[in-house]
Amino acid sequence: MSELNKVMVEKYRNDFLKEVEANVEEGNWVKMCMQCGVCSGSCPFGPYWEHPPQEIFMMVRAGKREEVLTSESMWMCTSCYNCIVRCPRELPITHIMHGLANYAHRLGIAPKMNPTRRFAKLFWQNIIKGGRVNELKLSIGLYFMDGFSNGVKKGLEMLPVGLGLLKTGRLNPFGLLGGGKCKGASDIHKMLKKAQEIENRRKGFAS
Amino acid sequence: MAKKEYSFYPGCSSERKSSASNYMVSVESMCKTLDIKLNEIPDWNCCGASIGYAEGGELPRHAMNARNIALSEKHNPGQNIVATCAACWLGAKETHERLSASEQLLADTKEALKEAGLDMDYKGEVEIRHMVEVLIEDFGYEQLAKPVVKPLEGIKIAGYVGCQTNRPFGVAGESFENPKYLDKLTEIMGAEPVEKYDQKVTCCGGALAFSEPEKSQAQIKKIIESAYDFGAEMIVTPCPVCQMNVEVYQDQINKKYGTKFHIPVTYYSQLMAVAYGSSAKEAGLDGNVIRSARLEEIAAKPAKK
Repeated sequence: MSELNKVMVEKYRNDFLKEVEANVEEGNWVKMCMQCGVCSGSCPFGPYWEHPPQEIFMMVRAGKREEVLTSESMWMCTSCYNCIVRCPRELPITHIMHGLANYAHRLGIAPKMNPTRRFAKLFWQNIIKGGRVNELKLSIGLYFMDGFSNGVKKGLEMLPVGLGLLKTGRLNPFGLLGGGKCKGASDIHKMLKKAQEIENRRKGFAS
Repeated sequence: MAKKEYSFYPGCSSERKSSASNYMVSVESMCKTLDIKLNEIPDWNCCGASIGYAEGGELPRHAMNARNIALSEKHNPGQNIVATCAACWLGAKETHERLSASEQLLADTKEALKEAGLDMDYKGEVEIRHMVEVLIEDFGYEQLAKPVVKPLEGIKIAGYVGCQTNRPFGVAGESFENPKYLDKLTEIMGAEPVEKYDQKVTCCGGALAFSEPEKSQAQIKKIIESAYDFGAEMIVTPCPVCQMNVEVYQDQINKKYGTKFHIPVTYYSQLMAVAYGSSAKEAGLDGNVIRSARLEEIAAKPAKK
């Protein structure tokens, strides 16, 4: 168990709802859920969620801390926002799912091998480096996530797609050498460092 | 037609040699005809996209978008910000709404921006708009139809709106379940919209096309199949992620499901550029992996007087 996770368990004891309200983006909406299930029925990846959103909301209230935070469920969110526009109580469900996934990731208890968690991490590191997406590095990074030989296999599978984009001028063949860089990249680094510092302080993540 | 001017947030995918570079080419041609001036926000950065939340958290993500808004305030004062990418629009607009709603978040964001040498004024007066909003609200269908010199006659097109141009914000006056604006745009360009197309707001998987390819491709299959079922010979979309996902995985889907998909997926701005008389190159048609022979034919023909 990570240090931060221990601290949070200690701090909130059995009140997982309170923990979610205090630390998860838009978490104060959770108790508004009336269990109608429209969100679960509207989700394009609905069948793949171990616990669909409506169930997650009830589990938060029931104090199922570990089951929720270690679940693959929230990582199935495609950010289509169907649940948000259909929720009769107008809960910002997409943001709450993002918030729970982010919180579990911060605590170090999100499922290690979940592909979306790993891709999301890769993506953020990619964009903050220069300030903009470097698409070639992002795709190659994704293919080689599971080691060299898997990377070669995956790369070959994706080669026709890559060549199609390359031929039509939609992929930079020199992307490994550069690209995706803002002039103010170092300013962006400083800004993000500060933002992280403030967020840690506000959410009690600071050590 | 009066000249209109906007602060422009193009976004990462629109850069040269990036996945939506042909979208940008067609937008430039379309704007030239409509006399729209786009003032690019100097040194804009990524919005964090739909997947930035996991590692980026809340404040860092808002800081990224706030930097763009602050740069726009500084260099293009008083101008509304226009984005062509659905995720850029959503990210910037979401941050804009949150900053307006929370003094604490605004103060924290300003503190972070100071580190980037930016003093954010933030009056919250400018709006964050999508290009299709500009077209529909600042021009209107009647005005947009006027410059058509090459109507796209006889082409049946499925209008695939997708998610993030449509939800959670959407375009004013349109429903989330059955938005009509893309069909209307198609129609005034002289083509025939497939009005019964029933997958127009289905999710293509978005960023999860990378991390969960099988699940996403099952979605994409539905989106394409329905277009074929209703007799469409082309799909049109306002979103760079939708465009790429629906276009580039067709061969992989064919292999897996035994289908024979080969349908062009274009941007609304490509249809408009061709209808307004641009060449295939100016409409970015050479950027489509699955080329549209019909549009290329029309682009090569002389304009109707």
